[in-house]
Amino acid sequence: MADIKTKEFKSESRKALNNPQIQKSLVRVIDHFGEARVNAIEEITPEVWEILREKARTIKTHTMSYLDHYLDLMEANVRKNGGVMHFAKDAAEANAIVASLISAKNAKSVIKSKSMISEEMGLNHVLEEMNVDVAETDLGEYIIQLAEETPFHIIAPAMHKSKEEVAKLFVEKAGTKLYKEIPELAEASRHLLREKFQFADVGITGANFMVAETGTLVLVTNEGNGRMCTSAPKMHIALAGMEKMLPSLEDLGVFLRLLARSATGQRLTSYTTFVSGPKREHDKDGPEEFHLIVVDNGRSKMLQDVDLREALNCIRCGACLNNCPIYQNVGGHAYGWVYSGPIGAVVTPMLVGLDQSKDLPFASTLCGRCKEVCPVKINIPHMLLRLRNKSTQNEGAGDKPGVKERVFFSLWFYMVKSKFLYKTSGRIGSGAQKILRMLKLENRIPFFGRWTRSRDLPLIPTKSFRDRWKDVGTAE
Amino acid sequence: MSKRIKASLFITCLVDQLYPDVGLSMVRVLQKAGVDVQFPEGQTCCGQPAFNSGFNSKALDLAHKFLDTFEDSDYVVLPSGSCGSMIKVFYEDLFKEDPALQKRMQAVAGRTYEFSQFLVNVLGVNDVGASFHGKATYHASCHLLRELGATNESINLMKSVQGLEFIAVENATVCCGFGGTFSVKYPDISEAMIGKKLDTIQASGADIVVANDSGCLMQLKGAMGRRKLRTRAVHLAELLDNKVTING
Ligand code: SF4
Repeated sequence: MADIKTKEFKSESRKALNNPQIQKSLVRVIDHFGEARVNAIEEITPEVWEILREKARTIKTHTMSYLDHYLDLMEANVRKNGGVMHFAKDAAEANAIVASLISAKNAKSVIKSKSMISEEMGLNHVLEEMNVDVAETDLGEYIIQLAEETPFHIIAPAMHKSKEEVAKLFVEKAGTKLYKEIPELAEASRHLLREKFQFADVGITGANFMVAETGTLVLVTNEGNGRMCTSAPKMHIALAGMEKMLPSLEDLGVFLRLLARSATGQRLTSYTTFVSGPKREHDKDGPEEFHLIVVDNGRSKMLQDVDLREALNCIRCGACLNNCPIYQNVGGHAYGWVYSGPIGAVVTPMLVGLDQSKDLPFASTLCGRCKEVCPVKINIPHMLLRLRNKSTQNEGAGDKPGVKERVFFSLWFYMVKSKFLYKTSGRIGSGAQKILRMLKLENRIPFFGRWTRSRDLPLIPTKSFRDRWKDVGTAE
Repeated sequence: MSKRIKASLFITCLVDQLYPDVGLSMVRVLQKAGVDVQFPEGQTCCGQPAFNSGFNSKALDLAHKFLDTFEDSDYVVLPSGSCGSMIKVFYEDLFKEDPALQKRMQAVAGRTYEFSQFLVNVLGVNDVGASFHGKATYHASCHLLRELGATNESINLMKSVQGLEFIAVENATVCCGFGGTFSVKYPDISEAMIGKKLDTIQASGADIVVANDSGCLMQLKGAMGRRKLRTRAVHLAELLDNKVTING
């Protein structure tokens, strides 16, 4: 699996907040995506949008309930089309299948189009260890491959880099000249990748959707690189999380519209590639072998949890990231693993373990913006609450919940449970606050210090509402 | 004589202990609208702080307490969107193990309203006859907007205030960064969020910013105080009760 740095959420988010380049990119890219999405919805009208969302939700809920059936159907149809479908229960198994296919072909070079599941698996690392030359062919992925980083955003992995940073990276890691403008950089990457496309032995792609009724794999891209990866090399290996399933081509129509408009505000992405097996007898081009590896890696466990299975409906459009006020401030790397933003905060704890990622469900104000924009209407805030509860219950977490917090809530609980304690606490609080203020100690109280360093505390009044209610209340 | 509407106040712990004036204003506005206001003394907190921190069993205890206190009320009215969503949305979830209790809870939740929604949607009042001479903007509290679906109620009420010039700001529906314990667990992020919010409020030239949630108000007031802004953060009830004046 990819390296897990989820425990560093607090320090990494602070770093991002203090990094001017990251802050600048966040505003620029997120404003752009946000506006594009809103316009794209306006175009088909919010009413139609709502109908599509509702449809999508129904389709996904149905598919996930009958996933076994659709996996079998997919397998049968892939086989009928002349391909092979494999099933991997975890990242290690998926990596091993890829490795054995590559060894059997004696392949030396691989081209990849963007795949989040391969990030999850840490596949590039495995291939490099086998001395296989791996090239990411999506420009953003190519940049972060050169920089040896993880994606900053689900659909715009290198959005945090300035063109100057990219130019420098190209000089240092790819041996190009120092370019100044984006078109020059794009041109340079085209030359660098052209050769790879021509001579690669194997193409590895992800999958945006799998269509069970036809055994078809669907890829959406904007650079056309996906199509090169699926057609030029002799072997095509596709990786798909098992939740990518859709029953029929008719269902696919709903999702293609939702995905493009939510993600980039496009009507459709520039390329929508359908792959149904290897090259047929009379085809001029195409791979001789087609392998689809369907990966579980924790997804069955998610499916079993009624409160959390909804997360499997995600189509990775990135809208919840773009609209999340936390993501807008800290960006993607703070989340410490492959997926970021609101959906990352739900999926990561389930895939890497809650004990590894305790901050993620808590680092949210539950403002609900994610749920409002999600094209498949995933109720992310409610799932975050469920994860918080699991975390305090120690359910699935190998870690003790914070002692300070436990004590705080126990004290608080006794106070609010008892009418008497509750009534007097305000008076005690008010008196204590006055003394602390006088002694200038208010900022020193643990917990409160993190409030008062940038915000004034309200002055606790001597008389609470209930003390004064009689002044306005009418006696019955 | 037509029957007067009777409503029980759920004052919420923050208003009770920190902002009693908001509570008193709410009572006066409701009384002026012809409501017979009651205050059941047994009430404390809705349990939201515990629930949001994952301590569901503690929250469940307080949900029981709420049910005991308010089951006989015709209506329950409260001055906070987030406590409102705790009662109207999340209690149901807490009671899911006990369908009979859940049903009783749903019935009370159905009669429970946040202040602005009660005025506009139940009483049909959009104008309470208040006046305020100055510029005002609105901060939409997240839970009130997205869990309870209050999109226009407060804005309508504000726009009917005589002399009030309403200013729309573009990030009015973006979270202020309070989020309960979030604000002290992740102070850096919380500060960045309120910082951006205040930048636009300041740029709008508003004299006051109105919100219907004590949590948001605490965050807004706290950060505005530190920045020494001229703009004030006030609860809608205070505005409607003619208790708001412009800072000099
Ligand atoms: S959770 Fe919804 S909004 Fe977020 S990436 Fe997935 S589909 Fe898009």
